[in-house]
Amino acid sequence: MTTVVEAHGLTKHFGKVHAVEDATFRIEENRIYGLLGRNGAGKTTLMSLLTGQEFATAGRVEVFGHSPVENAGVLERTAFIKESQKYPEDFRVKHVLRSAPWFFANWDADFAASLVEKFRLPLDRRIKKLSRGQLSAVGVIVGLASRAPLTFFDEPYLGLDAVARQLFYDQLLADYSEHPRTIVLSTHLIDEVSNLLEHVLVIDDGRIIIDSDADTLRGSATTVAGTSSSVDAFTKNREVLHREGIGGLASATLAGLDASGRRAAADAGLEITPVSLQQLIVRSTTSGIEEK
Amino acid sequence: MDEDRPIFQQIAEQIENDIISGVLPEETQVPSTNEFAAFHRINPATAGKGVNLLVDTGILYKKRGIGMFVASGARARLKAQRAHQFSERYVRPLLLEAEKLGITLDQLATMIQKGTTR
Repeated sequence: MTTVVEAHGLTKHFGKVHAVEDATFRIEENRIYGLLGRNGAGKTTLMSLLTGQEFATAGRVEVFGHSPVENAGVLERTAFIKESQKYPEDFRVKHVLRSAPWFFANWDADFAASLVEKFRLPLDRRIKKLSRGQLSAVGVIVGLASRAPLTFFDEPYLGLDAVARQLFYDQLLADYSEHPRTIVLSTHLIDEVSNLLEHVLVIDDGRIIIDSDADTLRGSATTVAGTSSSVDAFTKNREVLHREGIGGLASATLAGLDASGRRAAADAGLEITPVSLQQLIVRSTTSGIEEK
Repeated sequence: MDEDRPIFQQIAEQIENDIISGVLPEETQVPSTNEFAAFHRINPATAGKGVNLLVDTGILYKKRGIGMFVASGARARLKAQRAHQFSERYVRPLLLEAEKLGITLDQLATMIQKGTTR
């Protein structure tokens, strides 16, 4: 297995703001990663560090074995599609597509053209006249057609309607199957992408709090619900991630519940419901709020 | 896809279902990992894990350079396996629900008979 990104104690402070704090992780080749977290958690800053667009305050990062900062050899193999990508004044869509091969060695113009058609993007329109969704579509097309060995999508779907988002996910999967590469999807629409991800990194308050295989994470929590007394009796000696109650009813989210545990819960008259990746992450990243 | 179980297990189970129901006869080729991934909109590596689960248990086998095929005798083996799990998966929840509603075993037996003769 080849490591594409290796970060050690990576830290970025903006004055008093600790945007990224002591992040240590690896990104392995040809996998789809989800970089998940709340607004302001540090997702964009982390990706800016990995693509050499910010200087680290401390720690180090290697991309393809080298520092990405001012390193053409690394950056020509990297695409970073930003949520608020800026283009030169008066650029039209076709200018963006025509200049893309200057930056991306693997650029596939035919693929880009087919995507333009699918997303119904007006080639002659000025970038600044595009709607928010169309602007996002430009980013999605550049990110896909660049076929960069390491591609970052930072919230690529802003303003895209449900049809266009599904189109993006389908095109991403199809093209990834044919041209495997490393993809990092930063998003907070976790439910929509969770099945596409092989590995999940969750960042909260600048720290990496979950670094796990998506399948492992999926089976790692279960919610049981019933009367407060039976829920409490059942959860007494188990690890509870989250508990909610209304009147005499309660529900508790437990870390991992094996087959015998599930049977015991069913026997105790408790309702067992699965926890989606999204719920699990919401519960892992809101704990701080409740304590305050 | 359900949320409560790893997706690769669900993929494996769906292939098993198709073998049991005869949609995928023995000695025929199963769809490729990428086809499974595109159809179910899941990560190809996850689909591959599901397929490999069935290769490990001998339900599928690989023909080099061609793809995955259903092994001979896979259907009978899967049916035996499922029959073995039948009590745990279906009878137990049935009895629990009946008990909760105060349905006696005799009443339950009558209901089952009615269900089968209908």
